Amino acid sequence: MAVIRDVIAAFELFQPATVDDAVRLLDQHGADALVLAGGLDSMDWLKDRLKRPRYVVDLSQIKELRGVRDVVGGLEIGAMTPLTEVVRHPLVKDRFGLLMQAAELVASPQIRNQGTIGGNVSQDTRCWYYRGGWNCYRAGGNTCYADTPTAINREHAIFDADRCVAVSPSDTAPALVALDAQMIIRNSRGERVVPAEEYFVGPGIDITRMNTLRPGDLLTAIRIPATWAGAQFYFEKVRDRQVWDFPLVNIASAIKPDGGNIGSMRLVVGAVSCVPRRLKDVETAVAGKPRNEETAKMAGEMAIQGAQPLRYNGYKLPLMRNLVKRAIRGSEGGSWTS
Amino acid sequence: MANKLIGQNYTTPDLVAKVTGKAKYAEDYRVDGMLFCKLLTSPMPHARVKRLDTSKALAMPGVKAILTADDMPGAAAGATLGENVQSTAQAERGLTNEPLYQGEPILAIAATSELEAAEAVEAIDIEFEALPFVVDPIEALRPGSANARTQGNVWVRPPAPAGGRGASGDAARGRGAAPPSPPPPQVTVWKWTEADFANAKEGELPLGKFSDEWSFGNVDDGLKKADLVLDETFMTQSTGHQPLETRTAMAYWQNGKCYLHGSTQSTVQTVASFARWAGIQPNQVVMISEYTGGGFGSKIPGSIFMAIPALLSKKANAPVMMRITREEEHFIGRARPGVIARVKAGFTKDGRITAIDMYAICDNGPYDAQGDARTAGTTISLAYQPQAMRWRGLTVLTNTPPKVSQRAPGGMQGVGIMEPILSKAARRLGIDQVEIRKINAPSGKAPFGPTLPNGKQAYVTSAFVKEALDKGRELFKWDEKKAAFSGKRQGTKARGIGVAVSPFAGGSIGFDALFIIKPDGRIQIQSGIGNLGTHSLFDVHRIVAEMLDVPWEQCDVVFGNTAKNLPWTCVSAGSQTAHAMTRAAHAASTSAIKKLQEIAAKSRGGNPEAYKVAGGKVSGPGGSMTFAQAAQKAIELGGTYDGHEVPEELNNFTKTSAKALAGQGLMGVAKDTYPRDGQSQSYVVGFAAVEVDTETGAVKVLDYTAIGDVGRILNPRGLKGQLFGGSMLGLGHAMTQRWAYDQHYGLALARRFHHNRPPTILDAPTNFIGDAVDLADPETPTGIRGVGEPPVGAAYGAIMNAIADAIGDDAFKRSPVTADILLTSLENGGKRTHETLTAHI
Repeated sequence: MAVIRDVIAAFELFQPATVDDAVRLLDQHGADALVLAGGLDSMDWLKDRLKRPRYVVDLSQIKELRGVRDVVGGLEIGAMTPLTEVVRHPLVKDRFGLLMQAAELVASPQIRNQGTIGGNVSQDTRCWYYRGGWNCYRAGGNTCYADTPTAINREHAIFDADRCVAVSPSDTAPALVALDAQMIIRNSRGERVVPAEEYFVGPGIDITRMNTLRPGDLLTAIRIPATWAGAQFYFEKVRDRQVWDFPLVNIASAIKPDGGNIGSMRLVVGAVSCVPRRLKDVETAVAGKPRNEETAKMAGEMAIQGAQPLRYNGYKLPLMRNLVKRAIRGSEGGSWTS
Repeated sequence: MANKLIGQNYTTPDLVAKVTGKAKYAEDYRVDGMLFCKLLTSPMPHARVKRLDTSKALAMPGVKAILTADDMPGAAAGATLGENVQSTAQAERGLTNEPLYQGEPILAIAATSELEAAEAVEAIDIEFEALPFVVDPIEALRPGSANARTQGNVWVRPPAPAGGRGASGDAARGRGAAPPSPPPPQVTVWKWTEADFANAKEGELPLGKFSDEWSFGNVDDGLKKADLVLDETFMTQSTGHQPLETRTAMAYWQNGKCYLHGSTQSTVQTVASFARWAGIQPNQVVMISEYTGGGFGSKIPGSIFMAIPALLSKKANAPVMMRITREEEHFIGRARPGVIARVKAGFTKDGRITAIDMYAICDNGPYDAQGDARTAGTTISLAYQPQAMRWRGLTVLTNTPPKVSQRAPGGMQGVGIMEPILSKAARRLGIDQVEIRKINAPSGKAPFGPTLPNGKQAYVTSAFVKEALDKGRELFKWDEKKAAFSGKRQGTKARGIGVAVSPFAGGSIGFDALFIIKPDGRIQIQSGIGNLGTHSLFDVHRIVAEMLDVPWEQCDVVFGNTAKNLPWTCVSAGSQTAHAMTRAAHAASTSAIKKLQEIAAKSRGGNPEAYKVAGGKVSGPGGSMTFAQAAQKAIELGGTYDGHEVPEELNNFTKTSAKALAGQGLMGVAKDTYPRDGQSQSYVVGFAAVEVDTETGAVKVLDYTAIGDVGRILNPRGLKGQLFGGSMLGLGHAMTQRWAYDQHYGLALARRFHHNRPPTILDAPTNFIGDAVDLADPETPTGIRGVGEPPVGAAYGAIMNAIADAIGDDAFKRSPVTADILLTSLENGGKRTHETLTAHI
């Protein structure tokens, strides 16, 4: 039978007004239901007719899923809070400038108005083979088309490939891992809290999913503890163009200084593996060291140890190395003064 | 001619509709009983339909008709396929049973809703036989490699009849004594040898056998006497046109006529091409296109796929709307051919180019032969005036989306190929970059292209490139920037500056203009120009108001519908419109002035010559007449005055329109028969300053200045818009825009806007200056030339030159120059690491 794209197939639409109703619907329909947040990821799948859910549960009417709340020095951000609201919220700016910067670099103003923070962290990978409808491992087949001698894999993984070389495309995810955020997940059995670092799932664990959400699960909020509020942050995203582009590599870090040295640090790199890559070894190695070129160089080299480039993504090694260096020693020295 | 209007800013009458969304594009129309159609397109790069069963689809609710290749007329030889390209018998037909690229339409289904049509497509039982394919032009030349078409892998032009050799399309265009047309090219099997490949160093284009050649002067002597010879290979990429409006079309039949709503770069010229594509007569066509959301060369004129809703409408006996999605547009929306070239260039120690030996491969796609590689050569010969030049080339077929001219076709690629070589030479020879371009700049009636059968080269109408370089040098503050940061680093940031010279065709001749001075004194101007987003649709008609000395507000422009009696007009391509249609407007205005004078003399007495047209009146010895009175009198007099008699030399299209409008007032109608010595070429010089982050490879364009040598300025705002828009397209080619194909499967990976990465407003230069030397072209009565295309190559070349200035000449040998290319080169001591010869990566 012939294939056609770009026309959404029919489905039954639910627009619950409460989380309880949404959870009930998801429980009832299980794997037949697709959760629709801002739609920036889902609509692609629907338009391509590659996902044909019988039911779509649209969260846009659930007010309790939206907004930023002060929680004892930290914040709780409703999963349906649009990225623009995250960017503009004074408490986000005051306490977690890292998240503000990351959210502001997502796509374009229009997409940030429509896209939600829950959707941004939970979106599927953008591997163009997988999303182009190729029957790869992730899609249930038995080949990774992005890891062949002729594959165009400039934007793919340099770490932890396990049959699949797709990467996490999110800008907010590395920031949330760096901030030690917690993901609040509801289903019919109740609520569970998952650390952001464990929310994301690599192909070795489950090749068909990017995160721990299972049918029936609903990400309701993201809680950021006070732990890293007001720390020294660094976020940078390198992309081909300045609007509407996914990261070639992005980096998020938080440093608590100890005198003139690094007291403690969290350092996370995006778009180099299937999950935001937290560099625990580097974090440990730089603790107690000054934020200078020497520490930066050591950290950069350490960060890319074990990286395995594919045919066209070898540049991600120096790029990641240099971004780690910048997270340690800053990039201000690179600005022209004239 | 005065300059009350010409050279002044104004607001075009369609602007408010465009910015408020009131403008209606093809997709905005709805007609009673209208059906929607969806396409079944090829999932493979090359295949044959082995079995097709539509019965299940036809039986589905809402499905009204299915159109297949069997319903399409034969290949329409002779159709215009863009600038200077004509289709052959091997042209595409809109639907096919042997798809030659992924995404090629195979059949179309009309149903009462789009969803039903889509579901019916899925119900089509179709089986393909996979055929050999190739998506990379160099791969297609390897011994034993697959051919894109069953007939072969290259377009080869058979030897021309005696005396016809070297008749370049460029040279043939617009010359008084055009050489005979060369015979049409044919698809042939043509491979290079293993030895050809072995003889080329890594990253060098092999110099295998070629099919096409032209030259002038003695290249071998030129290279021998050179103090410096550079030999460089460069690859320019294929890119989709990406107009914001996809090629959506809607058609219905009424009283034997097909009413077509579509998107096109010419209202009037779409009639003939559409009729040919649909297999109907031109007089059966009513073309309606008031607004077109961009074409960039991909809608010249219209699109072959317009035939689908037209024929489906006939079959289903109902109006049919065919909405084209962004992904479909990627495949059927046309593309610029990538050109891979190797250039050997000789320089004297004071910077003069002694000779250029160029070898170019055109990544042609599967259909008709494009002239980009050849035009790249003629553009180089004009821009840099080498003392001798040889161009050799091959037009290679690939199973990629069909290519056609894209804004500065071939010109942009030529500039991008040659500019880095010129920059490298200047650095080696210690000559300032602006100076070396002035040393080699065209001037006056500069020659270009091959030696023609008459023993001479073609030449241009005028060139003021040196003046443009001087003006740009000052506005851009070249010398200041050069001292401050050219090639210097602060911390991790390297800055560089670059300049480039970019010529392109700037005007054609011989079209008609038509207007009526109505008895109410208003002037109704008929326009056949497509409204594709430039201001030229209205700009050119301001000549009429200027010459008749009436306020612009007294004029009404009728456009966008061939039922409204429009004159024969150029396509808005090849930057022709401003030149061609101001000439025609000048001719028609001159004819109207003469008629006004005669009518005044008849009515008021005296000699016609003694009457002057000014201030909305015609006045002389016997007193004055208003235009309203003159129009009334013209109707009474009839004959030539009110259009009952028209000049014999008019195009039949104009004659038909004039006949329909005769008797409504005083008719100004004429064909542009003004002489022209030389070919009209326009020029833009670009100046760029960039900052490269040496730790990320990211490039930021800090300053950009574009200076046009585009004749007299017609509309300053339009000029700046064209300079900015064209520069952004060049910037996109330099920095971001590309295709991606998996060679093993022959399938497209970059199918959507964000995959193809056209540049966005945030990629635009922080500071942009657009201006022109404002010197009249001496070979046209209005002094005006076109501006649309040359800005593209200027930005493409200047930005790449600036990047090279910042981090070294050898960092890249292909475009777009992206962060990954720069970063790996920087890691590698400034030497290129990326493959030069593989396309679409």
